[in-house]
Amino acid sequence: MATMTDSFGKALMESGKNEKLVVINADLSNSTRTSYFASSYPERFFNVGIAEQDEFSMAAGLAIAGKIPVASTYAIFASRGWEQIRNTISRANLNVKIFATHAGLTDFGDGSSHQALEDIALFRALPNFSVLAPSDPRQTSILTERASESKGPVYARLARGETESIYSTEDFAIGKPNIIEDGKDVSIFACGLMVPKAIEARRMLKKDGVDAGVIDFHTIKPLDEKTVERAAKTGAIVTAEEHSVIGGLGSAIAECLAKKSPCPVEMVGIKDEFGTSGSLEELYEHFGLTGKHIANASKRALGRKDTKRKFWLGR
Amino acid sequence: MQNYAFEAIQLGGIAKKVRLELVKLCRSGNSGHLSSCLSCVEILVSLYFSKMNHDDKFILSKGHAAPLLYVVLSERGIMPKGRLSTYKRIGGLEEHPLFGEGIEVPTGSLGQGISVANGLALAKRLDKDGGHVYVLLGDGECDEGQIWESAATASKYSLSNVTAIIDRNGVQSDGPTEEIKQKNDLAEKFRAFGWEVIIADGNDFSSLERALSVESEKPKVIIANTIRGKGVSFIEENPRYYYGTMSSADFDGAIKELEA
Repeated sequence: MATMTDSFGKALMESGKNEKLVVINADLSNSTRTSYFASSYPERFFNVGIAEQDEFSMAAGLAIAGKIPVASTYAIFASRGWEQIRNTISRANLNVKIFATHAGLTDFGDGSSHQALEDIALFRALPNFSVLAPSDPRQTSILTERASESKGPVYARLARGETESIYSTEDFAIGKPNIIEDGKDVSIFACGLMVPKAIEARRMLKKDGVDAGVIDFHTIKPLDEKTVERAAKTGAIVTAEEHSVIGGLGSAIAECLAKKSPCPVEMVGIKDEFGTSGSLEELYEHFGLTGKHIANASKRALGRKDTKRKFWLGR
Repeated sequence: MQNYAFEAIQLGGIAKKVRLELVKLCRSGNSGHLSSCLSCVEILVSLYFSKMNHDDKFILSKGHAAPLLYVVLSERGIMPKGRLSTYKRIGGLEEHPLFGEGIEVPTGSLGQGISVANGLALAKRLDKDGGHVYVLLGDGECDEGQIWESAATASKYSLSNVTAIIDRNGVQSDGPTEEIKQKNDLAEKFRAFGWEVIIADGNDFSSLERALSVESEKPKVIIANTIRGKGVSFIEENPRYYYGTMSSADFDGAIKELEA
């Protein structure tokens, strides 16, 4: 099995052929795999030590001078520089790419202090930012390349450790969700490591005669509202993310649906609480983030759809 | 654009004009930061009218002195004069600097300027560009921890093309700097972080010229001792003259004093 961080590190090294690319790290280059870039292009790699506020402000300076800075650290520590990112990078729409590793619960052993469950909300609220949460190593690699070619600031959250490979295609673009399967009864919108869980949920639901669509929203911002609307025609929606249900993918989808085509939404995610130490599978079970939980949420959404129908038929 | 030689008399005339326009601008926008703008007039005039050339970059890390930056850029011909009338109007110049029209870096939240300067300086090194990066900080601003993160980074990369200037006016938001958090050891701290430290009179052009001319292989910091409210006696005498909106009487008094 491959890892997202490794794919990111290798893709970054490849993108390093572009001499404008510079990489900044805060004493985590081995964990974030920016060490690959560092060994190929040492003159364009800067390690500021354990100083994330300095890291992001320095990235801003490099971007103002025309460089394409990629700043990397763990997701939880990227938020430590949030105000710096907001006031300089976001406000001036600078070309800084933030790759935040060990996102969600994937720093499982380290516990709540290291588990970033709020970062999508924090970065989604920043004007000019694109927010990415890739779902497998190959997609991570492609989106790393796309991000370095794109204009404007990007925040990408990556899982730590070995992850399932979902894709053989390389056809990914920022802002274009990937439709894995269409379904006619319910649509599951997922991002990051919840995408393979959503695929598992689809298989479970199929056995019960429910046809569930699965869409990989690797780009949470800008949100492709057309895809949301199209999938909402099933009349029942489930969102799944390894993030708080406040402000993340679920919120983004609900905001869109409320405007465009209101329908029942069930959100699978962390329920306004912190993580804890455990194995990743134990944590997924504890916080309700397994395929089974997504399948159950789908049935709840279906039930609400039916209630609404019965209500209308009864009149 | 031709720079002036370091003729204190010539620069003094510019500083006088800048102070007048500054008082008018602050009055027009009800700015609460007049006194901390007045302390660093000579610093900005030295940089923009004498020291800097087109290869150089300036960052106003103490972003609340934006009205002064706007007046200096406008007097220098970098920002169109008409722009000043948009100060604090929707879509116009904000209370703190944004981006463009001669403003290199958006600021307003303290403690971040040296980090950004380091990024600009590293880019210059990679591109083999000449020029220098100047960054102006407040003394109160040095409470921010990021100052020391960035000081260590500048030293690690031997950024001899970075000069920080600290407007050491001795007052911060809640009162005298030594009461809020001791800062008389700034020189020692920067030395310990591997910087070249120069002490200057920040309201004296000749002293600033000598300080800005010091050559070093290290990043440099000029601790520029200044007087808060410099040039307007009743503001100089009242360090608490901070956030208040200027009364008509104060405005007339300040103009009268500056025109004398």
